[in-house]
Amino acid sequence: MAGQEVKLLGAWFSPFVHRVEWVLKLKGIQYEFVEEDLTNKSPLLVNYNPVHKRVPVLVHHGNPIAESLVIIEYIDDTWKQNPIMPQDPYERARARFWAKFVEEKFTEVIRGTIMLEGEQQEKEVKQAREALDVLEGELKGKKFFGGDTIGFLDIVLGWIAIWLGVIEEIACIKVFDSNKYPFIGKWMENFAELPVVKENLPARDKLVLYFHKIRQFGLASAVKK
Amino acid sequence: MAEELVLLNFFSSAFAMRVRVALAEKGIQYECKEDNLFDKSPLLLEMNPIHKKVPVLIHNGKPICESLIIVQYIDEVWNDRSPLLASDPYQRSQTRFWADYVDKKVYSAGKRIWLGKGEEKEAAKKELLEVLKTLERELGDKVYFGGETIGLVDVALLPFSSWFYTYETCGNFSIEAECPKIVAWARRCMKKESVSKSLADPHKIYNDFVLDAKKKLGIE
Repeated sequence: MAGQEVKLLGAWFSPFVHRVEWVLKLKGIQYEFVEEDLTNKSPLLVNYNPVHKRVPVLVHHGNPIAESLVIIEYIDDTWKQNPIMPQDPYERARARFWAKFVEEKFTEVIRGTIMLEGEQQEKEVKQAREALDVLEGELKGKKFFGGDTIGFLDIVLGWIAIWLGVIEEIACIKVFDSNKYPFIGKWMENFAELPVVKENLPARDKLVLYFHKIRQFGLASAVKK
Repeated sequence: MAEELVLLNFFSSAFAMRVRVALAEKGIQYECKEDNLFDKSPLLLEMNPIHKKVPVLIHNGKPICESLIIVQYIDEVWNDRSPLLASDPYQRSQTRFWADYVDKKVYSAGKRIWLGKGEEKEAAKKELLEVLKTLERELGDKVYFGGETIGLVDVALLPFSSWFYTYETCGNFSIEAECPKIVAWARRCMKKESVSKSLADPHKIYNDFVLDAKKKLGIE
């Protein structure tokens, strides 16, 4: 269909996809959402992201961009309204530093717990809690990591406001503790209340069912090996 | 205003080498402080309390950590010469994508080659070659990943070419045999003084760091 210059290849359950949607909505960018079946990847997805074959992929004027953090910086570079990244180079370096910290020390670690059990899983949970300690200190009672309004780090960590509870439930782990992380707790509430987040949240029970299936399937395959 | 620039460095660190290449490309003067991986300086612990790793660039007293973040910072501050990223947002996104790819795939495979053994090592060798072949396809017929001039992806990948000798020696294989275009690209880059003066000598990495590190870690 001619005229839709921004397409987002995504999946309803993916926190990485939602990140990109939050940024698009914050900037008021019209886009066409294309739901991908990741169990049966479309030629479109494979063509647009041959290296990783995963979502999200943003397609702008037919040009694909993959990896959520790369996409977010592209959107910020291209549409200047409601900037996500700071303007000052030092502050930008700090924002990127914290985004990388979240991805490597928290997001990937939590993702790992989905497919693990026992001691291996406990090790990852401990690591995740250590990262949360650091983030609690970094937030220090601000409304958002970006100050009064959300910034890059809020967008990058925002998935926990919805998905962390879901993963804790299906993986039978406990990472978040409202007594230990009061600032993060309040931040999660504030984040979930943002209009751009609230308006297209996936249903929690659907997420629980989906990730439960993923875990069961993953654990079963691990046993087979 | 006099700029004060200090780099906390370790000679064999591929990540620190990235920053050295970027600073050299831009012709920027700085003080290089050699840190010790096995005995970290108080300055390093103060400037990078979260990761306690090199490289750290200290610019007028303020620390910047994580090599590709430092390199992008350098590119944004000294934006009047030798750009490492294009000004076009789409080109920049592709550059960032491939720099991220190098970051996620090369180091981890390489590490498992020189530190691992048996099946783990064999799997890592296969993985590294596949990654390098993917990068060869991305390079295509270009002189550099950045096109006519060195860019962020070149800077991200070049230091690992200094580590090829270590990977080949520990893994008993030839990277050039499987990925001749990457090796040719690295040789082309080495013709530039900014690169040759910034990368550590491959034999020095193996003899002075790797063998010593393996001993310290109790690996044969």
